[in-house]
Amino acid sequence: MLKFCMRIFSLFALGASVLFFIFNSAFAGTPTKVGFVYLTTPGDHGWTYAHELGKQMVEKRFGNDVKISVVENVPEGPDATRVIRELAKQGNEIIFTTSFGYMEPTLKVAKEFPNVKFEHITGYKRSKNVATGNIRFYEGRYIQGVVAGLMTKTNKIGYIAAYPIAEVIMGINSFAQGLRSVNKDASISVIWANTWYDPVKEADAAKVHIAEGADILAQHTDSPAMLQIAEKKGVLGFGQSTDMSAFAPKAQLFASINNWGPYYIRKIEELKSGKWNTGDGPNHWAGNDWGGLKAEMLLISKFQNMPDSVAKKAQEALDGLKSGKINIFAGPLVDNTGKEIIPAGKSLDDGALFRMNYYLKGVNGKVPG
Amino acid sequence: MDALMLTIIATSIPLLLAATGELITEKSGVLNLGVEGMMLSGAVGALGAVLWLGNPYFGIIAGGLCGVLMASIFSIFTINFMTNQVATGLGLTIFATGLTGLAGAPLVGKTVPSLPKIEIFLLSDIPFVGEILFKQDFIAYLSVAIIIFITYFLKYSKSGIVLRAVGDDHQSAHSVGYPVKKIRWYATCFGGMCAGIGGAYIPLVLTPHWSEGMTAGRGWIALALVVFASWIPWRIIVGALIFGGITIAQLVGQARGWPIPSQILSMMPYLATIVALTMISGRISKSNSVVPASLGKPFFDTQ
Repeated sequence: MLKFCMRIFSLFALGASVLFFIFNSAFAGTPTKVGFVYLTTPGDHGWTYAHELGKQMVEKRFGNDVKISVVENVPEGPDATRVIRELAKQGNEIIFTTSFGYMEPTLKVAKEFPNVKFEHITGYKRSKNVATGNIRFYEGRYIQGVVAGLMTKTNKIGYIAAYPIAEVIMGINSFAQGLRSVNKDASISVIWANTWYDPVKEADAAKVHIAEGADILAQHTDSPAMLQIAEKKGVLGFGQSTDMSAFAPKAQLFASINNWGPYYIRKIEELKSGKWNTGDGPNHWAGNDWGGLKAEMLLISKFQNMPDSVAKKAQEALDGLKSGKINIFAGPLVDNTGKEIIPAGKSLDDGALFRMNYYLKGVNGKVPG
Repeated sequence: MDALMLTIIATSIPLLLAATGELITEKSGVLNLGVEGMMLSGAVGALGAVLWLGNPYFGIIAGGLCGVLMASIFSIFTINFMTNQVATGLGLTIFATGLTGLAGAPLVGKTVPSLPKIEIFLLSDIPFVGEILFKQDFIAYLSVAIIIFITYFLKYSKSGIVLRAVGDDHQSAHSVGYPVKKIRWYATCFGGMCAGIGGAYIPLVLTPHWSEGMTAGRGWIALALVVFASWIPWRIIVGALIFGGITIAQLVGQARGWPIPSQILSMMPYLATIVALTMISGRISKSNSVVPASLGKPFFDTQ
């Protein structure tokens, strides 16, 4: 009898402990609801794909502690407002809006949902519950400039750019600074595609650059089309946003890779521990988080298709930028018409970078508009 | 210089093919606004086929078939169920954009060998001209052959004249015993095939990869080209080359630093299209014969 009672008791205990475990894991912490808004789909193999990789890192890090909703293909404008509002209504606690054009929609919805945290990517306007995050993409372009300057034979660099906004212009100027640090004779000519994404047009622009004598190509557009043309025509170039060496194994010198994952993870952790904040106040131009190579928000893929001596110089530039030894926009800076931007001893601050509307020395032509 | 000419031709070919197909479709009285969607499905089908079968020529066939498949969907709705052609065409493009995104997801990040150039014996050695005209890929030759064929077809063959009759007055054509619906089916599917091959040209030759929505609006330009050409086949060649030429010229202008704002240059091809459209519509009002008279009207054979 006693034995029987013991058995019942142990069964009971076992059942209770199982139940306890189930409940415990279910209610230990209710998962944090996280929303993402994508401009295109991860299928672009560029900008949005990089965000997708970041999202996957979040999933891996938090597992069941987060519940992620993603909305793809959201046009910038009124549609974005609707999508962001819907995500907020569904109870997402933090919403990442991953394109510059979501700036106003994000702010608008943030006002309606003061308890939801918003993270606008690449913007500069913030409010009580809107923080901004961005990557110092231009740092990678400095290294591109160094490599281009050492690798070019024709001294002509072809650059394909999307829209003449500060973000893109500072990239071109940073490239020029890198270029001129090793090669004073080379110059950059820029073709504005006036689109982020049109593979055929990007390919056409690459062909035109090559026909005009460029032997190194760089891009600030989203598709791998430029590198494919470079591969076909036997010239060299740089990948954008993600490692594109699969498309151009013989042409890609290296790619600057956008690494959003650590940023997302940190912000979600801050939210969970109640430490989430919007940083240093509205005058801090680039927002509270503008990380580059040092913060490892920008990564550099393997240096390839270049002699060891060039790779060594590239590595030096990379190390210099990480340690802060190289200051890309340190004076004296002169624009390409000869006008002084700042004298020796000073350097451009973040605000000045976001006001750039001129080309530095080493770039041909002038900024449209 | 010939490198630029080659670029102009290459960028024109998808437009040329898609517009030629649409011309035949419209000549039969069907307005298919789904060209963009058919091009996209041709592109994804072509790339998938090459990855699967390894030979770029299968890509052409697959591209054409995918275009036909899309055109068939359109035909079922507009010709058999007599739905509104404009709405169905727009729907087809939206549907195909989503479908190709889904079907193309596994293809992202993969690349394929592009279509080889075919040199025509001796002719390709002619300086300048040889390089441009006789050292092209198969689709380029095919597109010229199709233009020549449909010029002959529409003007001199009996079937071509019947096709035009169906497009101009489907009731009369029906009353003398021509199978209006069947002819429209064929014409729409031909249009789908051409658009599919035109779309296939993008991943097979121009940029050998798949990314969503990679035709980036070329289907709509093709539609405008048909009107620009006032439904006359050879004018499509001219129109496509002008469009390609201006597109490339604005890129060259930027690379060389011409002092014209790039936005204005970017706008030029579209401006040229609108100017041409205006000029043509002025002429149409004088002689009413250019536009197929039954264009866009559904045909009810019970009447």
